[in-house]
Amino acid sequence: MSAVEIRDLTKVYHRDQVEVPVLNGVTLDIAAGDYVALMGPSGSGKTTLLNLIGGIDRPTSGSLRVSGTDLGALDAASLAEFRARHIGFIFQLYNLIPVMTALQNVELPLLLVKMSGRERRERATTALELVGLGDRLGHYPRQLSGGQEQRVAIARAVVTDPDLLLADEPTGDLDRKSAGEVLDLLERLNREFGKTIVMVTHDPHAAERAHRVVHLEKGELLKA
Amino acid sequence: MSPDAVLRMLVPLAAVVAVPLGLWLVARLSDAVQARFTLSPLTMVFMNLSRNKVRTLLTTLSVTVALFLFCTLGGVLDTLDASIEVGSRSRLVTRNAISLVFPVPFAYRDRIAAVPGVREVGIQNWFGGQDPVNPRNFYAQFAVDERFLRIYRREMDIVEATQPQAARPVPEGVDPRLAGYLEDRTGAIVGRALMTKMGWRLGQRVTVNGTIYPGTWEFTIRAVYAARQRSFGEEVLYFPFDYLDQRGMAGSKQVGIYVIDVDDPARSAAVARAVDALFENSSAATRTESEQAFQAGFVSMYGNVPFVLRVIGLAIVFAILLIAANTMVMSIRERTTEFGVLKTLGFRDGTVFGLVLAEAAVITLGGGVLGALLAKFLIEWSGFNFGGFLPPMSVYWTTVIAGIAISFAVGAVSGLIPAWQASRLRIVDALRRVD
Repeated sequence: MSAVEIRDLTKVYHRDQVEVPVLNGVTLDIAAGDYVALMGPSGSGKTTLLNLIGGIDRPTSGSLRVSGTDLGALDAASLAEFRARHIGFIFQLYNLIPVMTALQNVELPLLLVKMSGRERRERATTALELVGLGDRLGHYPRQLSGGQEQRVAIARAVVTDPDLLLADEPTGDLDRKSAGEVLDLLERLNREFGKTIVMVTHDPHAAERAHRVVHLEKGELLKA
Repeated sequence: MSPDAVLRMLVPLAAVVAVPLGLWLVARLSDAVQARFTLSPLTMVFMNLSRNKVRTLLTTLSVTVALFLFCTLGGVLDTLDASIEVGSRSRLVTRNAISLVFPVPFAYRDRIAAVPGVREVGIQNWFGGQDPVNPRNFYAQFAVDERFLRIYRREMDIVEATQPQAARPVPEGVDPRLAGYLEDRTGAIVGRALMTKMGWRLGQRVTVNGTIYPGTWEFTIRAVYAARQRSFGEEVLYFPFDYLDQRGMAGSKQVGIYVIDVDDPARSAAVARAVDALFENSSAATRTESEQAFQAGFVSMYGNVPFVLRVIGLAIVFAILLIAANTMVMSIRERTTEFGVLKTLGFRDGTVFGLVLAEAAVITLGGGVLGALLAKFLIEWSGFNFGGFLPPMSVYWTTVIAGIAISFAVGAVSGLIPAWQASRLRIVDALRRVD
């Protein structure tokens, strides 16, 4: 079964009454448990495609099914609920909440799930232990290194046990060593926990870790 | 200056220093405390408020000061209301129909006393003297007769009094402890709060410079009274009318006002009409009204002051609205990306709207509650009474609650636009912005 089914997807932005086409008829299938790297030059539409898959933006036309759900058929509230249940996001700049500790940042998505505070803390602790930060629960983001922050962000992405992880340049702001640790972690999540991963990257070393690499240029997929 | 007076000055000063210091301490401790928070929408609100502690602190303090001022102004209006409430429905006041500044003849007293329904008629004359050391240190003095003391026995408790030189009976209905006062032509009964304020003690001779009745007037404090109701006030000096008459009026016995105690409050209006009818065609026609109406007439002499106070109060509310709104708008702009992240994680627009609105409400409500309660307790504790013209200043609970409700409403209104902006943010736009 496909985790992601994209058919003839287009996205056009409107900037000051000028139409800017970003994606032109993209068709792509990503199987459950796959690990896909999206590559391409700046402005090729990689992040836009990732945003559409994640349901944080709407396509102009075409169809998009994620985990069997047609995202086009969902209203804003249902889409928010879908994201909370099925998708984990990892950003280039980590985007942790600076006034929350590592544990509280990881707990954040669990506020949208019915569970007790104690259960929430236990799950968040487990997620942080999984990424090797079990000893940093009470640390604020400013007290962590970039690599550690990104690992907290990964823990936050997986804590709800989503089917699909979407990573937008997850190593783009990290040194080689930290980047390697983050890529190891993503690989482990894919291999051991069966997470489907779609990763946007400019880094060929990062792309090498994926099962397959998809190239985008000027909003179109290049044939492998 | 008496130790109590020094204390009364120091405590408000201490409160003004303690409030920001307390808030600052809370801010310093917040990181350690917040790390132990169980995450919930409510704790998220407090965490977000701690983001820029100085800004939150200053905004909260500005709301505190504004609500303190608002409730203090409200307290002035409350006190004006209280001054009317002092008046009893069973008491009437008769004065010269032309104006309060014109006297009424002493001869009227017995004629008024003969009107059916009148139980007692007392004399009360405004003296208008000044403290010779510090003329700005104002307090009220009234020349009164024994009948006045009989009428007002219900309002005053004699808490201290000097012994008379020789035992003698006091007039019926007058507090027996006033025997020492009644035998001394220059005796005075002084309110307890005035005694404390001036640092006086029982038996002390005090000097007052007359303005309406010139000269240096000496009084010996023979008794101290406490008010049974706070609104009656305790900052007046009463002395015998005979002393004023003999020294200040050369025995002409001109009366400022007559206070009439009636048998049946339900018949007050009829008694008042009957009294005025007696002197309708005389050279000094009278105007008789209830004590409450008389006090209300005093309040009306303040003209548009209550209106001006209300306008200033509203201006203060508007100012805090702008301050709070400005803080919230700045706070939201700085966190645009975070709202994008929250929505990406699955938080709905309505939840984001509520979080921002709650932040605004907590800032203004926190500051509002603090300011309103400070006004209530500090103002009432200070015992400020406009120099005895009005009862001790009060801030009614209704004013405190109104202040708190207004601060809550201001929070809601000031947070409305930023909350709407945050909830309407498109995720992709929010994540793209780096400012």
